[in-house]
Amino acid sequence: MARRTIIETIDLTKIYGMGDARVAALDGVSIHIETGEFVAIMGPSGSGKSTLMNILGCLSRPTGGRYILDGEDVSDLDKVQLAAIRNRKIGYIFQSYNLLPRTTALQNVMLPLQYDRIKERTAEKRVALAAKMLKKVGLAERIQHQPQELSGGQQQRVAIARALINDPVLIMADEPTGNLDSKSGDEIMNLLHELHQQGATIVMVTHDPEIASYTQRTIHLRDGKIEKIVHNGANEHKRAEKRSEK
Amino acid sequence: MNSSEVIRIAWGALLKNKVRSLLTMLGIIIGVAAVIIMIAISAGTEATISEQITSLGSNLVFVTSNFSRGGMGGGGGQTGGLVYDDAFAIADEIDGVKGVVVEQSSTQTVKAGNVTLDGVSILGSTPDFPSVRDMELEDGRYFNQSEVDRKQKMVVLGHSLAQELFGDSDPIGQQVTVGTTRFVVIGVMAEKGLVGDVDYDARLYMPITVVLQKFTPTQFAKIVGDRVRMIYVEVDDQDNLEDVIFQIEVLLAKRHDVALDEADFTVTTQQDIIGTQEATTAAFRSLLAWVAGVSLIVGGIGIMNIMLVSVTERTREIGIRQSVGATPNDIRWQFLTEALLLSLVGGLIGTFIGVGGSWLFGTVSDMRTVIVPTSVVVAFGSAAIVGAFFGFYPANKAAELDPIEALRHE
Ligand SMILES: Nc1ncnc2c1ncn2[C@@H]1O[C@H](COP(=O)(O)OP(=O)(O)OP(=O)(O)O)[C@@H](O)[C@H]1O
Ligand SMILES: [Mg+2]
Repeated sequence: MARRTIIETIDLTKIYGMGDARVAALDGVSIHIETGEFVAIMGPSGSGKSTLMNILGCLSRPTGGRYILDGEDVSDLDKVQLAAIRNRKIGYIFQSYNLLPRTTALQNVMLPLQYDRIKERTAEKRVALAAKMLKKVGLAERIQHQPQELSGGQQQRVAIARALINDPVLIMADEPTGNLDSKSGDEIMNLLHELHQQGATIVMVTHDPEIASYTQRTIHLRDGKIEKIVHNGANEHKRAEKRSEK
Repeated sequence: MNSSEVIRIAWGALLKNKVRSLLTMLGIIIGVAAVIIMIAISAGTEATISEQITSLGSNLVFVTSNFSRGGMGGGGGQTGGLVYDDAFAIADEIDGVKGVVVEQSSTQTVKAGNVTLDGVSILGSTPDFPSVRDMELEDGRYFNQSEVDRKQKMVVLGHSLAQELFGDSDPIGQQVTVGTTRFVVIGVMAEKGLVGDVDYDARLYMPITVVLQKFTPTQFAKIVGDRVRMIYVEVDDQDNLEDVIFQIEVLLAKRHDVALDEADFTVTTQQDIIGTQEATTAAFRSLLAWVAGVSLIVGGIGIMNIMLVSVTERTREIGIRQSVGATPNDIRWQFLTEALLLSLVGGLIGTFIGVGGSWLFGTVSDMRTVIVPTSVVVAFGSAAIVGAFFGFYPANKAAELDPIEALRHE
């Protein structure tokens, strides 16, 4: 598969506040991520990880620098345009799942389709697509369950199915295993690796060095700047072996 | 997202909080029902009043005495005011006058055979009375002018009075005793019913001259003399009304030797009375409409209040929707639709209660109600406007939330 650049940031800055309260959450971050890459972001608390994720995920705009997503400069897009990018190009996975309460797994997975503005997608097609996604994450039996009837790991799978439904070019995961016990966390990581193997581009924040080491690259942030970038090529192979042993 | 989907989603959100949605709608329900019921009641009252006034007779002009000079308690007689002969002058000298009636009433005991009735209302009048006051005779006849002039002891009985006095037997030609005087019955009135609080069917009619001679307290007669309180004039055609009124004014001013602007009489028409009545009920109606309108606004504030709570409670949901691609407009419409649905469903329930309540009111109570279709439309329309108006601010607030902050909520 021909590699193409998905994320290209040039001297990205994000400044909060003014005067004495001025905080540079991001201070000149330039990164480059290609299709099919699995990248981890690490760093101490307050180093700017979430800020970077929010900008890369088009939830907020940088105060300086450029961000080119999938060949399109999105640095200056307005709220409406950013919403469309989030809908079509990005799938989010949050630490706290962020599912709609008292809403079935199926309805939750279908949520992005409410805003896709694709007229050809009939109600039947949407249901079929959402059911397919839930099957893909191993929840075919649970499509009519509501979040409060599912375990943490299962809820995170629903969130992953939701992230996948619009076939995004980029999957953003901010500490996806942060709220899970190690077994459920492993299951979620296995799922993400499977998606990666199928060609997905994933950017993930984690505090766990072991989890980070199974990705291809780890970007270390400190005080809003890139401290170092570590390539974990061999470890990814190790991860595969570890999985096959299980 | 198409509009049916927006409505479906909003509907789903309201169903998730059934009790709260119902309580929120309560203000609108009460407001809409109140508007419809109150307008139905005042329209019913208005219809009853104007029917009663019209049934007094058509094209009527009322000439009323102004006892402003001298006064009733003066003892030594008074100056000014209408006199009995004024009525004849109007009848004789003015074109377009169809009939003139002067009335004088009294209350007497009436006996016929072995039936005695106390407190019967006696109405002395002139021959034009049936025509002017829109009354019909069922049997016999009314007295004529020469009988009035000669103070003939004849009576015409009201419909129910005839029944009470004579039962099924024919009263014509029979004798009745009024007070201590014997009269002969020459006619029976057709049924008329209640007009205002006067029961025309329970009355006894006789020449006014007889009432003035026999049944007016002497003390009172001394003061009043041949003065009358009111002269009823029936005009032949609606178009002549203005002209006749003017002629009456000029004629009476001349007879009484007064200037028009300080006349000792007032000329009013039935239309004036209906107009006054309508102005009163219209004022009453608009007061009711305001009260009901205020309750609608209170209902709207209730909706705004709950929608604001809802936006705060569902901040996270808003963030989630934004993160998967909802635009500010999508969010705005979602909350605006919820507010509109609340007020429209509330308006619908209120309309049912209002229409049903008005109907029930008119059926079980003796109050008359007329459901005014425009009131239903206006009430329902105001509910919708109230929903849109008070839903707008919370919806805007939701739409302007920052996705990141919304997601971080709680
Ligand atoms: N909305 C905001 N207003 C002002 N300052 C902010 C805002 N959001 C973040 N910051 C500041 O920007 C810096 C980076 O925050 P960020 O949330 O990106 O850190 P993080 O690396 O995600 O930390 P953690 O590991 O604790 O999640 C911090 O100093 C933070 O206080
Ligand atoms: Mg963070």
